[in-house]
Amino acid sequence: MRLPAVLHTLSLVLLLFAGSMLVPLAFSWAYADGAQAVYAKAMGITLLAGAALWAATHRAGRELQVRDGFLLVALVWTVLPAFATLPLLLQLRDLSFTDAYFEAVSGLTASGATVLSGLDRLPPSLNIWRGFMIWLGGMGVIVLAVAILPLLGVGGSQLFKAETPTPMKDTKLTPRIAETAKGLWLVYFGLTAACLLAYRWAGMNWLDAAMHAFTTLGLGGFSTHDASYAHWNSPRIEAVAIVFMLLAAINFATHFLAWHRRSLRLYRVDPEAKVFLGVVVASILGIAAFLAWKGVYPDYATALRYAAFNVVSIATTTGYANTDYNLWPIFAPLWMLFLCSFASCSGSTGSGMKMIRAQILFKQVFRELLRIIHPRVYNPVKLGGQPIENNVVFAVLAYVFVYVSCIIIFTLLLALSGADVVTAFSAAVASINNTGPGLAQVGPASTYAVLNDFQTWVCSFAMLLGRLELFTLLVVLTPAFWRK
Amino acid sequence: MKVIILGAGQVGASVAESLVSEQNDITVVDVEPARLRALQDRLDLRTVAGSAAHPSVLMEAGIEDADLLIAVTQSDETNLVACKLAARMFNVPRRIARIRATEFLDDPKVLGPDGFDVDLSICPEQVLTEYIVKLVEFPEALQVLDFAGGRVSLVAVRAYQGGPMVGRPVKEIRGHIPNIDTRIVAIFRRDGAVLPDGDTVIEDGDEVFCLAASNNIRQVMKELRRMDQPVKRVMIAGGGNIGLRLARALEADYSVRLIEHSKRRCEALAAKLDRALVLNGDATDEELLGQENIAEMDLFVAVTNDDENNIMSCLLAKKMGARRVVALINRRSYVDLLQSGQIDIAISPAQATIGKLLAHVRRGDVVAVHSLRRGAAEALEAVVHGDRESCRLTGRRVEEINLPAGATIGAVVRAGEVLMAHHDTRIEAEDHVIVFVTDKKTLPRVEKLFQVGARFL
Repeated sequence: MRLPAVLHTLSLVLLLFAGSMLVPLAFSWAYADGAQAVYAKAMGITLLAGAALWAATHRAGRELQVRDGFLLVALVWTVLPAFATLPLLLQLRDLSFTDAYFEAVSGLTASGATVLSGLDRLPPSLNIWRGFMIWLGGMGVIVLAVAILPLLGVGGSQLFKAETPTPMKDTKLTPRIAETAKGLWLVYFGLTAACLLAYRWAGMNWLDAAMHAFTTLGLGGFSTHDASYAHWNSPRIEAVAIVFMLLAAINFATHFLAWHRRSLRLYRVDPEAKVFLGVVVASILGIAAFLAWKGVYPDYATALRYAAFNVVSIATTTGYANTDYNLWPIFAPLWMLFLCSFASCSGSTGSGMKMIRAQILFKQVFRELLRIIHPRVYNPVKLGGQPIENNVVFAVLAYVFVYVSCIIIFTLLLALSGADVVTAFSAAVASINNTGPGLAQVGPASTYAVLNDFQTWVCSFAMLLGRLELFTLLVVLTPAFWRK
Repeated sequence: MKVIILGAGQVGASVAESLVSEQNDITVVDVEPARLRALQDRLDLRTVAGSAAHPSVLMEAGIEDADLLIAVTQSDETNLVACKLAARMFNVPRRIARIRATEFLDDPKVLGPDGFDVDLSICPEQVLTEYIVKLVEFPEALQVLDFAGGRVSLVAVRAYQGGPMVGRPVKEIRGHIPNIDTRIVAIFRRDGAVLPDGDTVIEDGDEVFCLAASNNIRQVMKELRRMDQPVKRVMIAGGGNIGLRLARALEADYSVRLIEHSKRRCEALAAKLDRALVLNGDATDEELLGQENIAEMDLFVAVTNDDENNIMSCLLAKKMGARRVVALINRRSYVDLLQSGQIDIAISPAQATIGKLLAHVRRGDVVAVHSLRRGAAEALEAVVHGDRESCRLTGRRVEEINLPAGATIGAVVRAGEVLMAHHDTRIEAEDHVIVFVTDKKTLPRVEKLFQVGARFL
């Protein structure tokens, strides 16, 4: 463990993060919303802190070991939100630090749960900052998922490396992490730009289009309107959102390779993408039928529109809403919450336990069943035609056990501090999966402001834990990690 | 013809054996002197010990004036290098190589003139796999062979009481299936060939060879025996090269179980197979066979590389209720011992794979050769060239052709159309003629018929 080296790297990240505040500053200036000074101040503080940390640690070696990676990742995702609160705290005087930190964590983990209301009246630049946090978070998540986690081997995430699970030959994107990150970011930038233009074409103004392009690609559900997508009530805008949410929930390495080789075949070969799309489409059709049958909507077409948007939004862990689905018969929103816990692909900006782990788990079950019938059978778990080693399967099993335990513990903690059972459970699930809205009191028509301080901290921690794939954060909290 | 054979393994030895008997000068090269000695003691040929890819060894084997190089060593790479050397340094006109890895076959450039310069590549495992797949598709047949690009099939069936034609003379088959043209080309009865004419009566237990258009062979077989249920469940013993290929070929359409005793090999097999069930264990383990419902298996195929193991597991499987058992048996004496006994079909890998090679060694424009009944009989497809003057077949009716005893013209394929040969069928130039030869000694005379006379050239 080399704490100084880790802190040194962190200081560089902080300095970069300070630079990112130029974005809301520019918007503030362009829209003349009078908040320029706030961003200048926040940027100054962040720069100062970063520079101080840099000065204190620059003598330390720069060599990081694999183990230091855990600490660095954990620190980045806990320290940056603290600085990200500055533009919020400096503008919204009655916002507590607890709530501001929650909002910032929700942004940087690309969750989209908010404690703020009256979004339509916030300065445009502040909404941009909220959206931009999600977009930055998404950028971090992509690199985390594709380049860093496989290196650390968290919870079977060796598989996330684009080169292992598919039968494609030489799918290693590029030989170096830095090059890989650049390639993936290029795809991310490209899709964001495309999304921005599509939103504008569908009828949003430039500001809304920018903010929503950021939050759509990051798969965090912040909006500039309290009513979220119901504000526009436009099927065209919803269709654009659905397309880009689905794209952002597919492995970016697959996008990169498909673009690099100019071939759509890769999406068929990707073992996750087809199952993800299949599950989502089947859920949409099923829920629409269910809603039409229950008489929530007068006809199937309307039911299909609402089902499609909200199912995609929740399943991809985004968290937009174009209606208060909390009012639907409980089966539909529960199914959507169930989807969000596993549907997103690895290497996407979505969260949850990831489709790849769900597939391995599912196949492991059938493997055990087959073994009962044929005791001597050799049937490895296979993904995309490639066998998966047993130790990876065990890592996935442990991961899922911890994941389920966390949901239970967080539900109990929230219930202990006074939340009703649906609120507690849905808040725990929505937080750990970085989805955003839950049900009942934290439903899409409401905000997380109803939670007390303790509950807010629990949810903040749950979002961090879920975003960092549980083990990355948990390992830093074990004593063995700190032993020399 | 001067032939150099590289590799004295099973394929090399059986190629040498069938070519020696046809008056060729054979030289066999192998790194293992013991194998060469065994071969030399048995057959009239020359041997050279050494690495088959070394130019000096090749020169010692007399490659400079060889007409044909057959590279069938264990290693694909050695075979490829030898072919390249033979083509570039020694100008050997024809080069045949055994290639196992399909990677070499993906791009034709690899084996083309700019690559390794191989005229013909053969893969014995693939040929055997196709052989066994045919047996799965046609569970009543002893063997099914394709001619004319799959348009014509030669099928060997054992006649059993219950088939409408059993106990009837051959000529009646037209009356039984009037709209299907077929020809019974040979009958083997108690290990001897019977030359069938119209009055020959088919007896119970006869091995009957029929030629028919490929889509008609089921109806033809129906005349000779009661039809079985189609195969659904197959168990394969032995996960070697053949076992794996077979499982891959069958797993999409049949329920396949593959037994392999090595755990490491099991892992590799499971990785390469999608639906076939890979079982770890011994194919002669009664408990395992029972556990896996051997009694419900329609076909049990033993393809390990151990003859005794294959025989024992087949006998065990048959006793435990498997409907049909097929064993791969290398040793010739075992094959003769077991055919038509407890084991339904004994396949000799060498005999099954040699046909493709033989087609290249034959004089005349021979397209396909199939070695039958352990090499005693042969079916060959050849193209007729020349006119009435230069060729002894062109423009003549079948009854006019002076065929040696034991040879029969079975069918003619003309411009894609299949014609069963009758006494008045007229042969034309460019016809593909399928000839069945029950006595191999007469083969050179049959080949000569297809050769074009000097005047034509």
